[in-house]
Amino acid sequence: MLANIFSTLLLGLIRLLTGAQARWYGCPPKAEQRIYFANHQSNADLVMIWAALPSELRSVTRAAAAKDYWTKTPLRQWITTKVFNVVYVVRDRSEAADPLIPLVQALESGDSIIIFPEGMRGQQQDPLPFKSGLYNLAVKFPQVVLIPTWIHNIQRVMPKGEYVPVPVLCSVTFGAPIQLEDGEDRRAFLDRARLAVMALRDV
Amino acid sequence: MYQFLKNLSTNQQIAALFVTVFGCLAVASLVLFLLRLRLDHRNDHDSVYAVRHRADLNNAEGVLNTSWLMTGVFWLAWMAGTGVAVVLFGLVSFFCLREFISISPTRRADHRSLILVFFIMLPLQYVLVAYERFDLFSVLIPVYVFLAIPVASVLANDPHGFLERNAKLQWGIMVCVYGMSHVPALLLLKFPKYNHKGAFLIFFLVLVVQMAMLTQHLVSRKLRLRPSLPSISQSFNWRSWWIGVVVGSSIGGLLAGITPFVPGQAFAMACVACVAGSLGHLVMKALKRDRGVPIWREENGSVRLAAITGAGGLLYRVDALCFAAPIFFHSVRWYFDLPR
Repeated sequence: MLANIFSTLLLGLIRLLTGAQARWYGCPPKAEQRIYFANHQSNADLVMIWAALPSELRSVTRAAAAKDYWTKTPLRQWITTKVFNVVYVVRDRSEAADPLIPLVQALESGDSIIIFPEGMRGQQQDPLPFKSGLYNLAVKFPQVVLIPTWIHNIQRVMPKGEYVPVPVLCSVTFGAPIQLEDGEDRRAFLDRARLAVMALRDV
Repeated sequence: MYQFLKNLSTNQQIAALFVTVFGCLAVASLVLFLLRLRLDHRNDHDSVYAVRHRADLNNAEGVLNTSWLMTGVFWLAWMAGTGVAVVLFGLVSFFCLREFISISPTRRADHRSLILVFFIMLPLQYVLVAYERFDLFSVLIPVYVFLAIPVASVLANDPHGFLERNAKLQWGIMVCVYGMSHVPALLLLKFPKYNHKGAFLIFFLVLVVQMAMLTQHLVSRKLRLRPSLPSISQSFNWRSWWIGVVVGSSIGGLLAGITPFVPGQAFAMACVACVAGSLGHLVMKALKRDRGVPIWREENGSVRLAAITGAGGLLYRVDALCFAAPIFFHSVRWYFDLPR
């Protein structure tokens, strides 16, 4: 109940500040199982995609969120579990367990997921090289559709270290699905995926 | 007819005005719908004529949709009273400024200045309108904010592109906030023997400016005149501009009955507003060109920006009004020597 009210308010606020426009450029908004992989420039990225998705897809699409950042305070933890329904992932590899396990579980239960294969927030113009999580998931779940996604302008809304967002129009562009080819090399696939994301910058 | 209208109460007169305007818009929408139907029934879908005609219709539909939206906003504003009118125009300002900032790249160091502009200065300007503090309202942005923005910026400790960044912000707030806030301020001007009729003044201003812009657009399109300033605008031509201003001003003269002016004064005031509005629009076009944006919404090559802005190029539709309103407002106040 409280989560519903909060998410309605939050959606209104995000639309007022950024327009939260979704551009379905290479694929329609469709309720099939998908992995959206996007550039990462701000902690608000997952909020932005969450707001841009239509409500039918929002309930079955879960974003990957860094566990250390998003569970630091009770408020953050409440928002990410109750409102965004994220999948927590561990960023540092010190723990022995495979960091992909929570994502694999989400996919096995039939949800779509949103991942940021750069692994951390990029400060440069171009996204950082992609980490191999995307490749491993693509191998494990060949039937899941891989959608490249470009988030535009969000880093201007709330740069690192600021607390008050400013209004700037943002958009989320969803591109044409890509597939893992037979026998395609890990690095080649990841580079191709990165280029597919970057290509959406100029459409 | 004229006597009948004159004997109505102010509210009834304004209501009659809205009925007339909504009626005209409905007729225009119907005509457009029929034209589109006729075009769809032709067999030559890809001929040069059909393509050009379709583009014309799309264009006209854009203008018509804006007119519906604006009239709707004005109607709501009038129904709900001055306070709500001020809030509505404040929101329009907010969306325009959001659009302006989105096309001018800012740096991280501008963040605090942007917060100042959006969340403090913009509401403050409209609060001053609502409370009729015209002395402070006229100088808040050109005097106080003019200094406040670079100070907020310098405190961020980043000299890179300092002048350019601050100039952009100041331009944004001047056009989108200062200019736009003069429209609701017209509601509050106090003419002797012309009480609570500010709505007519807004209607007068919007109508003459929009008519001048529309005429200018149609004339240059029909006569296929050569652009006078091709590097800035593909449609601007001095002859069509001149015709547009004359048509707008004449409509103003004819509408003298609903304003506190006599016909000569109405013509002159409309002329001032049309010149300011159409040239202001041209200035905004130059600004867009500088940013590498060919045209805000209409033609290809700008698909990307139209998509990013989402709002569909609101600023492009209202920028003429943003330039016309302050000049109209201050000319009227100065000429009639209105009390503060």
